[in-house]
Amino acid sequence: MNRTAISSKNLLFLGSLFLVFFLLAFFPLYGSVYNVILVTAIFMHIVLTVSWVIFSGPTGYISLASAAFFGVGIYTSAILGKAFPLPIVICFGALASFCLALLVGALTLRLRGIYFSMFTFGLVLLIQQLLLWYEVNITHTRGRFVFVVNNTTIYYVMFIILVALILTAYFIRRSKYGLALQSIGEDEEASAHTGVNVTVLKTIIFAVSALFAGAAGAIIATRWTYIDPYIAFNPLFSFMPVLMAIFGGMGQFYGPIIGAVIFAYLQEILITRFPYYYMLIFGSILVVAILYLPGGLVGLVQKLREGGLARQHADP
Amino acid sequence: MRILEGEGVTKYFGGLAAISNVGFHVDQGEIVGLIGPNGAGKTTLFNLISAALVPNSGVIRFKGEKISALKPHQVCRAGVARTFQSVKIFGNIPVLGNVLLGSLFGTSTGMSSADAAREAMELLEFVGLSTMRATPAKDLTLANQKRLEVARALATMPELLLIDELIAGLNPTETALAMELVTRIRERGITILMIEHVMKAIMSICDRVIVLHHGEKIAEGTPQQIVNSKTVVEVYLGEQAYAGN
Repeated sequence: MNRTAISSKNLLFLGSLFLVFFLLAFFPLYGSVYNVILVTAIFMHIVLTVSWVIFSGPTGYISLASAAFFGVGIYTSAILGKAFPLPIVICFGALASFCLALLVGALTLRLRGIYFSMFTFGLVLLIQQLLLWYEVNITHTRGRFVFVVNNTTIYYVMFIILVALILTAYFIRRSKYGLALQSIGEDEEASAHTGVNVTVLKTIIFAVSALFAGAAGAIIATRWTYIDPYIAFNPLFSFMPVLMAIFGGMGQFYGPIIGAVIFAYLQEILITRFPYYYMLIFGSILVVAILYLPGGLVGLVQKLREGGLARQHADP
Repeated sequence: MRILEGEGVTKYFGGLAAISNVGFHVDQGEIVGLIGPNGAGKTTLFNLISAALVPNSGVIRFKGEKISALKPHQVCRAGVARTFQSVKIFGNIPVLGNVLLGSLFGTSTGMSSADAAREAMELLEFVGLSTMRATPAKDLTLANQKRLEVARALATMPELLLIDELIAGLNPTETALAMELVTRIRERGITILMIEHVMKAIMSICDRVIVLHHGEKIAEGTPQQIVNSKTVVEVYLGEQAYAGN
């Protein structure tokens, strides 16, 4: 009985997910240009956050390499954009990030805790500076112009990446590999002695998560039109996913998604309405959220609901 | 038939030999006890067998195949499962999930998820935890966490089970249950190598005992031979014990 309750809850979740996807699929037909661009930005934040959560959520390895994978996608787009059709460029961007993550993962996933985080963050700065050196000394430019794509196309490409990512994340989480990832987070040694090939699993999932960040970078570059190493490898894109995931709450699958939506929307509102105080307000909200919402927004909702239920049961 | 054997196994930590030139064997179907004072190298030897550590020299063979160069998950899939001195369960994963991991990943052939679930349920029944299958493992008592660890190890369908201090920290009732569990595991046809400090347990269930001291094997024999061995008594009680005789 318990089992059917769980599967009907899942069905409800998948059903509402498809409904939302369906509504979003036709959004450019009725939304204004501003809103289409805004929603595209929100999609991008969700992609970065959920792709980070796929790996770092269950394993507890806090990766700060998101900006590196995102930036590799951006630069792939800037370099190959004029030579290949858009879908191929996106695939190359995704593939480049995937390969980088495989390499980095194989080298560094033996590091744990803060050492892994620092290394991944160092990777962002390393690529950024190497690229800057290359651009200044070899190509004698600093930035690059990216081929322009219309907003609706960008919207749909980002949307497809988002849907593919959410389905991937959902099925990984529900598969036996999701369980194994969680066991790595709980106790990696015991996990290995229970038969989980921890090195291979960690590396592959790390690379899969990078794939989506790379794809998102490849398409968003066409929206930005001009990029340089500081724009493409902005460390903010390493910290944002972590913050958004914590803000939303990692206890539930939809937590990071909700966190990313609210975060991205809030950011947009604050930048347009209060350009001078944007960072100040944004930072304050973050500090308050982290201090008082340890389980994130989702944790808060659960707490409120449990409190309500407890009160109902208390009444005779 | 020798299911496990080690020859000249040596492991240094820095300049200190945690295990030096130890040779041992375990026969199929046996329960072998591994004893010794604290720091004797018992857990290090377990770590070497299960490939958590790589020996500096010497070989360990399981069913005639060298396993001392494999990775932990490969040793597990080859048929050697283990438990840990300080329990290492997956605290936030439900009890059933803990065992399921073993049957999904630890077996040599792999299983369909339906078979794995059936196997996991059967093992929870076997160790007496089936009513707690949905409880997060961290909420179990120590005795039950140790049982869960055994169930998880058994889920990988081992031929040899390494048990590291199953009884330490348990009360008399739990101890009796744990000892009974060990004999029931043997009845399933699984060979057991166990580290234990509780001599009563060693005496009553082990066929053979190996004694380590300062990383060296100092004695080996039936439990009777071991308690009567002069060297073993000296190691545990000091030479003074003989002063009165």
